[in-house]
Amino acid sequence: MEKRNKTTLSGKHFLSGDLACAEGAIAAGCRFFGGYPITPATEIAERMARRLPEVDGVYIQMEDEIGSIAAVIGASYTGKKAMTATSGPGFSLMQENIGLAVMTEAPLVIVNIMRGGPSTGQPTMPGQQDVMQARWGSHGDYEIIAIAPSSVQEMFDLTIECFNLAETYRVPVLLLADEIIGHMWEKVEIPPREEITIINRKKPKAQPKEYKPFKPAKNLVPPMACFGEGYRFHATGLTHDEDGKPQTVSVEEQNKLVKRLCDKIRKNAEDIIKVEEVTLEDAEVAVIAYGITSRAALSAVRKARKKKIKAGLLRLITIWPFPGKLVAEIAGKVKAIIVPEMNYGQLVREVERAAKTTPVFLLSKLGEEPHRPAEIVSAIEEVLK
Amino acid sequence: MKESDLMLRHPLAAYLRQERMPHIWCEGCGNGVLLNSFFEALDKLKLDLDKVVVVSGIGCIGRAAGYVNVDSFHTTHGRAIPFATGVKLANPELEVVVISGDGDLFAIGGNHFIHAARRNVDIKVICANNFNYGMTGGQYGPTTPLGSWTTTTPYGSIEHPFNLVHLAAASGAVYVARWTTLQVRKLTDSIKKALGKEGFSFVEVISPCPEIYDRYNKLGTAVEVMKWFKLISQTQHGCTPENAEISKRQIIIGEFVDIKKPSYGRLLREMTTRVKESFQEKKAK
Repeated sequence: MEKRNKTTLSGKHFLSGDLACAEGAIAAGCRFFGGYPITPATEIAERMARRLPEVDGVYIQMEDEIGSIAAVIGASYTGKKAMTATSGPGFSLMQENIGLAVMTEAPLVIVNIMRGGPSTGQPTMPGQQDVMQARWGSHGDYEIIAIAPSSVQEMFDLTIECFNLAETYRVPVLLLADEIIGHMWEKVEIPPREEITIINRKKPKAQPKEYKPFKPAKNLVPPMACFGEGYRFHATGLTHDEDGKPQTVSVEEQNKLVKRLCDKIRKNAEDIIKVEEVTLEDAEVAVIAYGITSRAALSAVRKARKKKIKAGLLRLITIWPFPGKLVAEIAGKVKAIIVPEMNYGQLVREVERAAKTTPVFLLSKLGEEPHRPAEIVSAIEEVLK
Repeated sequence: MKESDLMLRHPLAAYLRQERMPHIWCEGCGNGVLLNSFFEALDKLKLDLDKVVVVSGIGCIGRAAGYVNVDSFHTTHGRAIPFATGVKLANPELEVVVISGDGDLFAIGGNHFIHAARRNVDIKVICANNFNYGMTGGQYGPTTPLGSWTTTTPYGSIEHPFNLVHLAAASGAVYVARWTTLQVRKLTDSIKKALGKEGFSFVEVISPCPEIYDRYNKLGTAVEVMKWFKLISQTQHGCTPENAEISKRQIIIGEFVDIKKPSYGRLLREMTTRVKESFQEKKAK
């Protein structure tokens, strides 16, 4: 077993994506993990079970994923940074309480190492089949943040980013990785602790008597008091006013709350969204990809360029909120867009919506193998014919 | 004198979010009695209210979390216990109390109940048992007695109900008691005792539902149901929980379990201390 004698790791390490995710969480300040074993996310739980007691944190294995996410919301309300990690079936079980976390504005992180579905599907095989469930899985109108890492390094870096976004916007943030990224081993370079940006939730300045738990600040995010701090506030999954009082029949309060919950993501989307653009300036064909698929896409775009084909890549690091404006701009400049996905067509729908009249082609993959660069190169050549 | 003045003069007024009144409960409902006993127990124990958290699920009594003047959370249906587990483990300083109903805790949330009791998580669960789903208009639930009438058992219930105190005891609770809303003092004492225990404590409160369940089953008005409670309640402290019957003939009440066992929180703290010490040694080397 490797030696771990630091609260947070630094320097160069050889890690799997799942382990890098756990280390990223600890570096971000996560001190509570509630989870349930599930392939291919189990290694995150295992690492957290070993690591959290070392840093005075709490690991608890709950009786199911419904309990896991409930416990994580509870821990978040005490002020702890909290997370859970799961895969498709567990993610489905969590959906109702993801809505609760959205409604009560609980900052937390949910890692979903996507496998093949539907149902039990292919537990040990990769997939990108939960992209739409991530966006729309819980009932009601809401916005969510979902981030797709494409390397083990990013499993570390973007897990920290997830916590920072969760704390900034008081939302559950999803790290949507796939089985390959979760189980792949690569070099990870961890910067010294003082060089890692850590964001913590804003605390209220109001005195407990004046405190309104859901009164937003300018950026539409309410400062958050925690249980036990003397504010004595109430939170509920029911539609509520700024005071947290249930408003079950008020048209006005329903509009006000639902719109704010959505707008705090929509109006801050430019600050949230991260993408990587590769040779898009003069591109005639754009490939839009995320996660493991974006690695093959990058290789394909480079190969195409060597063949004097003007191809470019838009790698989505943030999937939700979807960078629709940017995709529309790119669509206006290229002849066609190719979307390779390890599903039967999910994010491609969002691309189509943004691309309007520009033709969009889905390159679907289901099962074991991710796309090969050559397949994407062929598709690029095909759409230019 | 105005109603609001009366409320302000009530000795337990400080425990209630008065601005949230009037509550949603029907006249004659037992939930108010339960809440009053809970407040009185807090008062007697002189607990720091800044450190008390009340968590509830969905249902009539689920609204209790919104009425108590402490930090409180109204979760999704059935999930009060795992939420409370997260709160307690993340901040052991807090006194975490779950107040919820029989349907919420034992149908949709049944799995969480048995596992929290098995782990002996240091939370207190107070269950208002009114034998049906009142909020949705009176459907049968996990505690509805065999043969009872509800809106979804129009020919009488053909399901065997849970004996909640037996379930709690078998799952590992360190304190288990049952009262009806008639035995207010005993109930208050039990809640007080539960709050003082280390580990998972459970208090069942048999509660009238005069507008729905009691009406469907022709049990009479709220007052008549309370008289009926008086007639058939039988105190049997230490009774084997399995034999603590609830039937039309009798309701066995009392304290059934009062044992000592290290709580999950204690074991967790001990383990963490152990791990941290060896971690520090490793670090020093």
